Parts: sequence; C-alpha cells; structure tokens
Amino acid sequence: MIKIEKRNDVPITLYFFTPFIAIILTILGGGIIFYILGFNPIEALKFFFITPISNLYGFSELLLKATPLCLIAIGLSFCFKSNNWNIGAEGQLTFGAIVGGGVALLFYNQEGFYILPLVILAGAFGGMIFALIPAILKTYFNTNEILVSLMLVYVSKLLLDYLVVGPWSNPEGFNFPETRQFSDSSRMPQLFEGLRIHAGIFLALAAVIISWFILYKTYLGFQIKVSGLSLKTAKYAGFKGKTMILVVFMISGASAGLAGVGEITGPIGQLHRMISPDYGFTAIIVAFLGRLNPFGIIFASLVVALTYLGAETAQIFLQIPKYTGQVFQGMILFFLLASDYLLFFKIKILNLKKNELRH
Amino acid sequence: MSLDISFIGILIGSIMASSVPLILAASGELITERSGVLNLGVEGMMIIGAISGFALMVITDNLFIAIVGSMLSGVIISLIFGFLTQSLLTNHVATGLALTIFGIGLSAMLGKNFVGIPGKEFPILFSSLKESIPFFGPILFGHSIVLYFAFALPFLTNYFLRKTKLGLVVRGVGDSPVSASNQGINVILIRYCCILYGGAMCGLAGAYLSLIYTPQWIENMTAGRGWIALALVVFATWSPIKVLIGALIFGGITILQLHMQAIGFRIPVQFLSALPYLMTIIVLVVISRDSRKIKLNTPTSLGRIFYKEK
Repeated sequence: MIKIEKRNDVPITLYFFTPFIAIILTILGGGIIFYILGFNPIEALKFFFITPISNLYGFSELLLKATPLCLIAIGLSFCFKSNNWNIGAEGQLTFGAIVGGGVALLFYNQEGFYILPLVILAGAFGGMIFALIPAILKTYFNTNEILVSLMLVYVSKLLLDYLVVGPWSNPEGFNFPETRQFSDSSRMPQLFEGLRIHAGIFLALAAVIISWFILYKTYLGFQIKVSGLSLKTAKYAGFKGKTMILVVFMISGASAGLAGVGEITGPIGQLHRMISPDYGFTAIIVAFLGRLNPFGIIFASLVVALTYLGAETAQIFLQIPKYTGQVFQGMILFFLLASDYLLFFKIKILNLKKNELRH
Repeated sequence: MSLDISFIGILIGSIMASSVPLILAASGELITERSGVLNLGVEGMMIIGAISGFALMVITDNLFIAIVGSMLSGVIISLIFGFLTQSLLTNHVATGLALTIFGIGLSAMLGKNFVGIPGKEFPILFSSLKESIPFFGPILFGHSIVLYFAFALPFLTNYFLRKTKLGLVVRGVGDSPVSASNQGINVILIRYCCILYGGAMCGLAGAYLSLIYTPQWIENMTAGRGWIALALVVFATWSPIKVLIGALIFGGITILQLHMQAIGFRIPVQFLSALPYLMTIIVLVVISRDSRKIKLNTPTSLGRIFYKEK
C-alpha cells in the first residue's frame, strides 16, 4: 500500500537535486517525441545538446544566449522570492531596449567613451520604469500584477513595432522595419575576435554577485525572504510591504532592461521587431530551474540557453522548426514543477501486515 | 470607400467572424477561472487545437473529425495542466506558462509537414440569404456553424453559471473551496472538469482559425489571440455576456485597423492593437480599487492551490 504524507520540512539536498531529475526526464521526453516524429532519437538529441557546443564558436553562442536569460532570471528571483508574480519581464526587456536604443540613436553619428555607459543606464532605467507600472498598480490599486505585467508585454512590443516602422525607422533603410545601425561607441566591446560573445556577460556576472549579497547579507534580502515565506509574519514584523514590492519590481525591471540593452548593443546593433526570442518568458523557467538561487541561475541559464542553440542546430541538420526548443523548455518546467511534489510530500510504501496489526 | 449601409453590414459580419476565437477561448477560460483555476496556457491550447484540426482535416478529409479532434487535443493538453496543478499541486501561473511555451513548440513540430498545404473550404450556412438581404444578410447569414455556436455560447455559459446546480457548484468551488469541500463537494474533480472544458473550447478556437478563418497552417498562427482571450475574461469581469461584448469590441479593433490602413487614417495601427491590453488594465484598476467590487467580481480563490489533508 502506498501512503502519501506531508513533509514537515523540505530536505535541502533534495531541493537542489530535483532540477537535475527534471533535466534528465526532459531529455528522455525529448527523445520520445523525436522517436514518435520519426527521427533517430539518439542522433537527434546529439544534434540538439552536443553538436552546438562542440566547438569554440558554439560555446561563445551558448554564453551569448545565457547572458540575457541569467540577467532577467536574477531580477525575477527577487520578485518570486517575495511572492510577487512579475511575468512581464519580456515587456520590461523590450521597453529597456527602446529607451536604451533611443539614446543610442541620438548618438548614432558620434563617437565617445561615455556613450555606451549612458545607453546601458538608459536601458536599465527604462526597464525599471516599466516594471514600476504593475508594482504601483498593485500597491496602490490592489490590481493583480500577473495580469498587468503580462498585458504590458504586448503594449511594449507594439510600441517597439510602431517606432521601428514609424518615427525611428532608418531614413536610408528602404522602409525596412528597423532603425539605423548604432555607432561603434554604443556597441558592447567584443571579447574575442570572430566570436559574438560580448562584455554584457560581465553585467550578468556582476548581477549574480550583487544579488547574492543583497539576498543573503542585507536586511532587504531578509525582508524579501520572510515575505516570501509568510506575508503574515512579514506584516507582524513590521516590514513596509509596499516599499518592498516597489523595490523588487524595480530590481527585476532594471535587470530585464539591462538584458534588452545588452542584446541591442551586443549582437544586434540596432532596433528591430525581433530583438528577443521571448527571453523574458523563458527566463521564468531559468529562475525556477535555478531554484531562485543566484548561482543556481547561472547553471540554469546555461541549460536553457542550450535549448535555444540546440533548436537552431537541429533546424539546420534535421529540418525541424526552431520552435522545437520551446518543447524542451516547456518540458523542463513541467518536470521541475512535478518533481517538486517530492519536496512537499513523502511517498511511503507501507507494509500491509503492520497496518493490519494496528487496526 | 463609401460608407453605405451594405458596407457596414459586411463590416459587422467580418467583425463577428474575427471575434469568434476570442469568444470560444474566453468562454472556456471563464469557466476554468470561475472554478478558481488560473490557466495561462490558453495560447498553447489554442495552437495545439489549430494544428490538430488542420492535420486531421488534411488526413481524414472529414470536417466533423477535424473539429471534434481539435477539441479532444485541447482536452488532452489541458489534462497535463490539470494533473500538475490539481494532483501534484503545482503553481498555476508557472504551469500555465509552461503549457503555452510547450504548446507553441509542439504544434510547430507536429505541423512541420503541413506548412504550405492549402486548406479546404469550410461549408457556410444560408449563403443565398447572405447575398439577397441587404445589411442584415451579411450579419446574420453566410457564416460557419462554429460562429453560430460561439455566439450562443456566452448565453449558455451564463445560464449554466446562474441557473443550474452544477453552475452553482462551480462558482462555489471557485469562491470558497474549503466550504465547498466541507459540503461534500469533490473540489479537485470539479476543477479537473472545468480545466478540461476550457481546453476543449480553446482547441475549438484554434481549429476555427486553421479551418475556417484562414484555412491553412502557419507556425504560431494564433499570434497572441490566447493572451487577448485571457485579457478578455478579466475585461469582462468574469461575466459571460460581457465576454461576448468585449470580444466584439476587441475583434472590431482588429478589423478597424485593416480598414484604417486602407483609407490611410492617421492613428498608428499599433496603438489600436494595444487598446485591448490597455483597456483590460484600466478595467482591472477600476474593479480592484474597491475591495467589495473585486470580491463581487473575481473568483476569490483564483490561482490558489487547494489541498485537502486526507
């Protein structure tokens, strides 16, 4: 007989172990889907997970894609830890890119060392302002932040669309929906010749360290964690809930804005419609897979970045659509959430005889 | 372009057609949310419905199988969400997002061999009446059966929620799962049913797009309609009749854009496209500001996990 019991406390080793179970199950699940679709599953999985990072260029691409995911997820971890459901990071990324890109366009024909820092700051500021909208509406009007932040994703994407086809479109661009190229002074310095990996990765690493410091070494971090565990306790302890909500949204928005500005000043170099392949949504998976822990998020961002990269490789070698990466991303989150059941419940196999005796 | 009376009739007819997927998906999601479950996977379930409907149509050449199959595939995919959130007690928001991401990916994989295949023409009803009666003809006649069903659905949903015992149970489960459970109602079972029903309606909404509205398969062809449907449920403050009105407004905005572009109107189309989202935020602010209003309108336990100690 099987009995399911609620656990009193979550074992910490299991807490960090279940993401690995989820990854293994995802790979198995992916193999099964490939098999059903008529591919050799071993070969398909090899194209998906090994071929992309088998050379230096691929490894640089992996880090390139992990950078925005890591940045956004770090920001989201502040929101999620404190029970604030900001799921509009994609919008904050877009708005950050719009503000940062706007500054870069102002300086399109100028050179100077001060331009890139200005563009980066503008991007972070843009994301922060945009994240403040759901935060302010939540704190002062009691609106649901899930729905507001989600709606704003589409508003920001439409704004970007308007700008690149309308007022900001390249005057010499034959009506393509894109802006001018940014000047070299607005571009992230590349780290190695011939590879696309750029200095934005240092922003992500700095975010990891700063967030670790804030979460584990400051009073604010303590407040965030307590509010996440129990809102009642937080209120009883006299924490100023409203300020904290605004702060976590600002941190989260600024990180997403940085990710956006990193993309447009890094690999892209201008504004157009497709600045992000839904990094803002995928980063939610990264945050969960990394257990909202700064160092866990580094690991998770690399895993999820590999699904993007794998999908691109598989598209070339197996002629499967690039959206295949999303199958893996969705499965990772499904399996991770499902395996969380093991954290909160103990599954006991009872000996029938003993049971009878007790009765 | 002259604004004569028959043109307005055609315009209203096309607004109705564009609002059908929104009505279907939002009506389904409304029942799910009324039972206290927030399923953000609408877009994913719709796109799975779209590819299953289209694929079944191409393979079997049978409209009935295609339509029923699309609803069934919506049920199957929503079963993943139901199992995770109800049996494994996972977070609704995260699970729903995973469902959307997964659904878009899976539909593209399944639809790989269906890209570029022309769709079949879906039979329309009363096509002779559409031509012969000015103004009312294009509004009332010449639509597919799915459209007539969609326009009846909000009224049926309203009747179900207000007048039937089961509807009362669904509302009770959404507003107060603990007391419903104490009354001997199986909360988890009711929520499962509501989730699966939502999946079926989203599947049908997707099939409407790939079989009737634009009969073909394109990757990611739902193009955010699932999110608009989600917004619509909130915009309608969880009331089925307002879903119908809202869908016509949101659908009208889509059609209006096309015509405004044609006559070279000065308002940017992107602003019009953003209107549904902005209006939803405004409605949210208006209903949420007043705690009494939000209690009257929102299913109280929406998105919260229900766990019964055995």
